[in-house]
Amino acid sequence: MNRVLPVLTVIGVIVVLWYAAAVWMNRTWVYDQAARDGATVSFAEMVPATLNQERPVLPTPHQVVTELVKSTFGMKVTSKKSLVYHGWVTLSATLLGFAIGTGAGILLAVGIIHNRAMDLSVMPWAIASQTIPILAIAPMIIVVLNSIGVQGLVPKAIISAYLSFFPVVVGMVKGLRSPDAMQLDLLKTYNATGGEVFGKLRLPSSMPYLFASLKVGIAASLVGAIVGELPTGAVAGLGARLLSGSYYGQTVQIWAALFAAALVAAALVAIVGVIEGRVLKRMGMAR
Amino acid sequence: MIWVVLALAFWAGAWATNVWLSHSVVVQSRAGRLLVPALFGVTILVVWEGLVRGLGVPGVILPPPTAIAARIGAEGPTLWADFRQTFVKGALSGYVIGCGAAFLTAIAIDRSPFLQRGLLPVGNFVAALPIVGIAPILVMWFGFDWQSKAAVVVVMVFFPVLVNTVAGLAASERMQRDLMATWGASYWQSLLKLRLPAAMPFVFNGLKIATTLALIGAIVAEFFGSPIVGMGFRITAEVGRLGLDMVWAEIAVAALAGSAFYGLVALVEKRVTFWHPSQRVRN
Repeated sequence: MNRVLPVLTVIGVIVVLWYAAAVWMNRTWVYDQAARDGATVSFAEMVPATLNQERPVLPTPHQVVTELVKSTFGMKVTSKKSLVYHGWVTLSATLLGFAIGTGAGILLAVGIIHNRAMDLSVMPWAIASQTIPILAIAPMIIVVLNSIGVQGLVPKAIISAYLSFFPVVVGMVKGLRSPDAMQLDLLKTYNATGGEVFGKLRLPSSMPYLFASLKVGIAASLVGAIVGELPTGAVAGLGARLLSGSYYGQTVQIWAALFAAALVAAALVAIVGVIEGRVLKRMGMAR
Repeated sequence: MIWVVLALAFWAGAWATNVWLSHSVVVQSRAGRLLVPALFGVTILVVWEGLVRGLGVPGVILPPPTAIAARIGAEGPTLWADFRQTFVKGALSGYVIGCGAAFLTAIAIDRSPFLQRGLLPVGNFVAALPIVGIAPILVMWFGFDWQSKAAVVVVMVFFPVLVNTVAGLAASERMQRDLMATWGASYWQSLLKLRLPAAMPFVFNGLKIATTLALIGAIVAEFFGSPIVGMGFRITAEVGRLGLDMVWAEIAVAALAGSAFYGLVALVEKRVTFWHPSQRVRN
């Protein structure tokens, strides 16, 4: 509970700084406008004029929140202006890709811990892949799949899948290897088969590692889906809102889409966190 | 068809070799540990080449590795210019500014537990957000050239480094800090001689995460507008012209730059945190 006050203070400071920055960055437009009319504006007149501009350099927080609420609740969800519609387009690609990437990642991790040749050949590449900007392949995947007739949800889901794939592989291998020699020896004295060792010891003890990488993976999936929406030329989705906003100078729209993306990301990570808490508690591993 | 058969034969042979290698004494040595993944990498390239040639996959869908290598050889100057624009000007300057700012911020809030309790949850929250989305805004503010890319990189690397540095500054033990106090060490002496060195493993963890983020930020920011040079620009432009061998060439350069950058930071880490248990030489 003693964290609420500091967090609120920090957020308050950020909001105040944001308003100050908005006044400072938007004032040029107000002064230019006044100079064109041959009038002079005092400081007290300038400040309110910077807070509600149509196309501000930096929209104020209340403008962004108003736009966010308006385009989330104020529209029909099927409307092309509704953030719910665009958010769902991005979210569905994220979730599909996350499911594929996580599933494939867990399977590969199981293969890696049971096959020494696979471990030695694949694992260094999986670790090295974390250091390279794989997101750069996104435009190519979209366009190539488009040219062979695959479009819409699937190409974006593939990008999401490969972004969440590698963190899950690395985390899951670490997790499946986390039981120590003593525990493995104990199961051996019980004459446990390979399948039993896996199901009763390795898999349960990998859960904390799995959830840690799932949190990383789902955030990466969302970034992948958003970036995957850029090269097709702003059709639908949160990434498309960002791009069309930047084409037409609709700064308020960009910020609203950005906030929507942030809320979706926070919600996804929080959902994984809640499931993690439940699962670990049931397993008696909660810290 | 002969290409496909050859590729599959090579794959089977290489896999059998790897299985044999991984159960032999060769992998005990350092060279053996490099040999197995290297052979695996080569196998992928050979199978890729064989399948693309054998099945007649058009170059606009997947060019063979030899075509990509030829393109890297032929377009050296262009790739170098793109590398300089995106990596040296965009990513590297943003990385230095962002990490420096985060480090200084962490030291500035070090004396205030109140600010730390407030900033850490906010920082952790922001670190999980899709920050690349801020790219169109910063491109609008700072123009199409490298300054806007550096700005995106600054924002992207700031929070991971901040959170890790703050965690690191808290890493020294009570006993050690008490010892400094008994020697009458001032705040700054204690910071410089005990707490900053103790924080270094955490700081470098943040710095290593930031290397990848920096390159991603600089490349993705170019998707939103750039001058006619840069890796992100080249990727989008060549994708549009279906010059996929050039796209793969850029991706190869990006991958190389990314791992070299990471390797460099890891090397510095090894020198700086030589005392840490994770850096001990294993025999």
